[in-house]
Amino acid sequence: MNIELIEKDKERVVFTVEGVDDTFINTIRRICLVEIPTLAIEDVNIFKNDAKMFDEVLAHRLGLIPLTTDLDAYVMPSDCDCESNCSNCSVSFLLKEKGPKIVYSKDLKSDDPAVKPVYDTIPIVRLRENEEIELEAIAQLGLGSEHAKWQATTTCGYKYYPKVTIEPGKCSDLEEYVESCPRNVLKIENDDLVAENVDKCSTCRTCERLSEKDDDAITIGFEEGKYIFKLETDGSLEPFEVLTLACDILSDKADNIKNFVMNEEE
Amino acid sequence: MLLVRCFTCGKVISASFDEFKERTENGEDPGAVLDDLGITKYCCRRMFISHVDVW
Repeated sequence: MNIELIEKDKERVVFTVEGVDDTFINTIRRICLVEIPTLAIEDVNIFKNDAKMFDEVLAHRLGLIPLTTDLDAYVMPSDCDCESNCSNCSVSFLLKEKGPKIVYSKDLKSDDPAVKPVYDTIPIVRLRENEEIELEAIAQLGLGSEHAKWQATTTCGYKYYPKVTIEPGKCSDLEEYVESCPRNVLKIENDDLVAENVDKCSTCRTCERLSEKDDDAITIGFEEGKYIFKLETDGSLEPFEVLTLACDILSDKADNIKNFVMNEEE
Repeated sequence: MLLVRCFTCGKVISASFDEFKERTENGEDPGAVLDDLGITKYCCRRMFISHVDVW
């Protein structure tokens, strides 16, 4: 298995994986999407809401705000000993504002300084003159399989690595080919057409269709067992954190089967 | 109030909306502003350019 990083920043990572199959890479993708726990606001107690935004809409907006998540500090509510909302399984946020103003995510006062909204500038509600809002929001850990607000990744997917085969010397009108490619993958080198930065190719096959006049000189295909994996998080966890967790979850599941076999054999 | 997240991909878009609004009102090209804000996917971009403020 050969892995190469293409690009990485705080919320996004792109890399190629070689020597695996669809099943494996799809398992990793699905775990990244729905089985990584993150914190999100689950319960909202609204004491006062004068704004023209309905309580339900307000609560929904609050739920979608990503929160910085420290997975070592909190447990899932289902694994917690408490009856409801103790400090091991939940974080409480207070919001008390008076208009006229726009309430932003930075106005949420957290009772744990480590847990706060990832972005300070998410507008929550607009208050007019003398309108007041007072609420308590309780964040809990959850899984993306239950609600999208707990999804750690926003986009997470893979595609086959494109393969551009150009038969040397067969293409005529090289400029036309170069201009036709929407991703600028083709270029002219030593009076012949070559493909560069093939990972940018969207396999739209424009060049393949164009090459019909040149005896099908270009064929677009896919590399066997090679993938480009893209992962983007909502900011609650770092992309590499998500990937490591996904692999841990997968190996934990495999361990369960291993333990079962060992117990049966005893 | 722009929606907190993009309908399609779930990226948090409203965090950049104030800056987008201010800069486009000052006459900047919306496409260039979105590029600058790092809103590169077309699902997120349509959330900005088709938004009507009702709340």
